[in-house]
Amino acid sequence: MLFSTLGLSCFWCHNLEFKGRDIVSIEDFIQTEINHILDVAKSMEPLAKGGSELLKGKILATLFFEPSTRTRLSFESAMLKLGGNVIGFAEPDASSTRKGENLADTVRTVENYADVIALRHSLEGSAKLAAEFSKVPIINAGTGSEEHPTQALIDLYTMRKESGKIDGLKVALVGDLRYGRTVHSLAYALALYSVELYLVSPETLRMRKDVLATIKSKIPVTENANLEKIMPQIDVLYVTRIQKERFPDAAEYAKVKGAYRIDLKTIEKAKKDLIILHPLPRVDEIAPEVDNTPQARYFQQVWNGIVVRMALLSLVLGAVE
Amino acid sequence: MSEKELRVTKIKDGTVIDHIRGGYALDVVRILGITGQEKRVMTIAINVPSKRFGVKDIIKIEGMALSAQEVNRIALVAPHASINIVHDYAVVEKQEVELPKTIEVIIKCTNPCCVSNSGEPVSSKFHVKNEEPLSLKCHYCGVSIEKADVLKQL
Repeated sequence: MLFSTLGLSCFWCHNLEFKGRDIVSIEDFIQTEINHILDVAKSMEPLAKGGSELLKGKILATLFFEPSTRTRLSFESAMLKLGGNVIGFAEPDASSTRKGENLADTVRTVENYADVIALRHSLEGSAKLAAEFSKVPIINAGTGSEEHPTQALIDLYTMRKESGKIDGLKVALVGDLRYGRTVHSLAYALALYSVELYLVSPETLRMRKDVLATIKSKIPVTENANLEKIMPQIDVLYVTRIQKERFPDAAEYAKVKGAYRIDLKTIEKAKKDLIILHPLPRVDEIAPEVDNTPQARYFQQVWNGIVVRMALLSLVLGAVE
Repeated sequence: MSEKELRVTKIKDGTVIDHIRGGYALDVVRILGITGQEKRVMTIAINVPSKRFGVKDIIKIEGMALSAQEVNRIALVAPHASINIVHDYAVVEKQEVELPKTIEVIIKCTNPCCVSNSGEPVSSKFHVKNEEPLSLKCHYCGVSIEKADVLKQL
């Protein structure tokens, strides 16, 4: 049985069920389920290097209505490494959306061609809507400023792999906490563990109030933290890009552009075992000189993206329990 | 006619919305879309002494029976109100307003980037997080909206 050959722990003790499940929001998960996904991801490491036939005959459709480099290629690479096939489009102009087709109809069409759909869309709630119409599992690959649950799972996987744990970590989220979907999902995910969270952002890019209310009810959160002061205590520095494309007003973007930049001086007083993460792409918020420090882990995150997405595809398609 | 008599004057046929929390009657009138131009007799009593709430508001509307959707609308701004249908000066039906756990159609999500505002074949849908103060969470995008947001849409 695949389960035992992959050396996973006793998942059925928790009565977990992933086959056919949609991955829409981190809020839909409990900690046990997330831990199980991370365990499965770990078991995918050798398959990611050596290849596998685990999903032979299965098809992933990547419907990307917004630009992407990492997420789409990572999903496609994950599926190919598992022996599956990939179809899809990378921009809405290449689909019937341009002719006025709505998302519900697109999903009800594509479900006939594929066994699982990875969806990226500019509208918030679009993954939820797609899941309501689709017969095949929908995996949210980023919806507007709302959520990016698979990235959050990658971030957790990286923390566990690089720091050896998640519980007990002190994590600083830096940058665009208002429009950044990755930090919303990550904040929800971290709130399921025993972590201390520090939020660092310009005034106009403070954490979205719905997310803030949820996480504050679960874990200690320090708002408007001073990065310089907290640097010696934190275990994880999670940096995000200020997302020009999300600003309704270009003048507002101009005011905060370049509001912070992590360089060697910023991390001078950091712990030796601090890890610096970034969902990428970066613009100028992390200086290239930081790339070669032992703390930089953002390119390792990219690799981890493949194994986490291999795990998710295998789980929702029932190839792994 | 004394001031006291004016307050308690019965209506012959229509609806009495009672036990509205003190100070919220005008919100109820607004949410029902009543402008005062309907040529109906209507009485609004605000901050009347009440054993249950300390003070309460009452609205009496002649010649109007509320639909189920209108009752649901009232629940958004006056979740503990009671509705009495009056016929020939007697209460013939009494209904307690109750805020449902999920609210559909009545209001739209305030998030312009929400998929429920984009022409998809779905209605707006909210989950009630808190009754008082009112807090609703959009089923699709997760954005929270409050009573002030609801009133702005009326």
